[in-house]
Amino acid sequence: MVSMRKSKQFKWQRKHLLGLRELSREEITYILDTAKGFEQVSTRSVKKAPPLRGKVVVNLFFEDSTRTRNSFALAANRLSADIIEFTKKSSSVSKGETLLDTARNLEAMGIDIVVVRHGAGGASRFLSRNIKACVVNAGDGFCEHPTQGLLDVYTIRKIKGTLEGLKIAIVGDIAHSRVARSDMWAMTKLGAEVTFVGPPTLMPTQVDRLPVKVSYSLDEIIEKVDVINMLRIQFERLGGNPFPSIREYSHYFGLTVERMNRAKPDILVMHPGPINRGLEIESEVADGRNSVILGQVTNGLAVRMAVLFLVNQAAAQ
Amino acid sequence: MKVILDSRQIEQTLTHLVDRIVSDAPAQPDIAVVGIRSRGEVLAQRLSGRLSQRLGKNVPCGTLDITLYRDDLNSPKGNAQPQVRTTEIGFDIDDKVIILVDDVLYTGRSTRAAMDALVDLGRPRVMKLAVLIDRDGRELPIQADYVGFKADAAPGQLVQVNLVESDGKDEVVIE
Repeated sequence: MVSMRKSKQFKWQRKHLLGLRELSREEITYILDTAKGFEQVSTRSVKKAPPLRGKVVVNLFFEDSTRTRNSFALAANRLSADIIEFTKKSSSVSKGETLLDTARNLEAMGIDIVVVRHGAGGASRFLSRNIKACVVNAGDGFCEHPTQGLLDVYTIRKIKGTLEGLKIAIVGDIAHSRVARSDMWAMTKLGAEVTFVGPPTLMPTQVDRLPVKVSYSLDEIIEKVDVINMLRIQFERLGGNPFPSIREYSHYFGLTVERMNRAKPDILVMHPGPINRGLEIESEVADGRNSVILGQVTNGLAVRMAVLFLVNQAAAQ
Repeated sequence: MKVILDSRQIEQTLTHLVDRIVSDAPAQPDIAVVGIRSRGEVLAQRLSGRLSQRLGKNVPCGTLDITLYRDDLNSPKGNAQPQVRTTEIGFDIDDKVIILVDDVLYTGRSTRAAMDALVDLGRPRVMKLAVLIDRDGRELPIQADYVGFKADAAPGQLVQVNLVESDGKDEVVIE
């Protein structure tokens, strides 16, 4: 093979991707650059490349997901890995098996990478300390959803060129959002200024300790931002009554055509999905020319291919 | 370190390669060059320019990243971690005569990876291999169709091709 001539080349060394908080700017940039090389695999005649041939990836999902689970499955397939789908409902978890026992049993079958989503924060970190396989966090509690954060910054960087100096608003149910947290870490590390926007009841406690600004008014910031990321209200996680009614929430924090008319003409509208049309975002905006929501999904595939590739590389060396 | 080709000799070698390709050209109407990252990319661009001139028609040029097709990805003795980069081939390779271009042909493993990568992009009518330097040490049954210069290098030695575009000057050295 061609010898490597650049001696100072960056080397990826993590065999787990657990969160973006612990990653350096250089590591995040390296993943994004790597993902660029994977984009074309999905656009050519043979949509498959061989680097994970003979490896086994497990999708270990204890919470519902369509986008993320399918995206990881397709990413693994395109890298020629074999994939085992595990869902809580159709497994022994419903018979009382613990997370660790489930993972150890899967490991005994000779798996290489575990993609895990779990309702408890830190679940993926716990697994990474107790099994030999690579662990990729696909969402843990309210903590992190690193591949979503990566695909969001990938999408922004692809269109805007850089995140340096950009003003970004993340709007909605921040308290229950692991996406907001992973976004925050990735975006601020790459030089953007992030504002969390939402009613005080949907802000995380001790939000003042995070590297973000906080606003309780969408109208106040809509004219100033370059990117706006609209989050879904996670009704399944809500306790109590954080706002008087859906209609009132929508009135104050929904991204409407009227608000878009006041925004910068080149504002990027993002949403991690699933969308509740008419609630946090109007249909005309979700499908409008500033929307990059479907681009996020496409980019997510390239980013997840890059992540699976890199953790496997780190494990091999 | 010993210089085996200086910039004038590299120039002559490229001319020699172009002559050989052109002499085969009547039998190869739909010809395109694809360089293997990263030195092969630069050489392919130079060859495409000269071939276009000599043949009086545009000879398209593309770049192939073979990282995903390397056979040492899962080997702990593998090289320094390779960075995945983009493949940029802006034309349809189906039914074309594709000339793969690399700087040095040594073990043949890069060429094997390149052939597999190219096949996933389409079905060329013919694939040929052009290299600036050929040296002993093949580990696979692969030979070049067009060889610029045959270098005498011992197994432990490194044959390094430097090019103006990527390294500031044209020079081939043995270390």
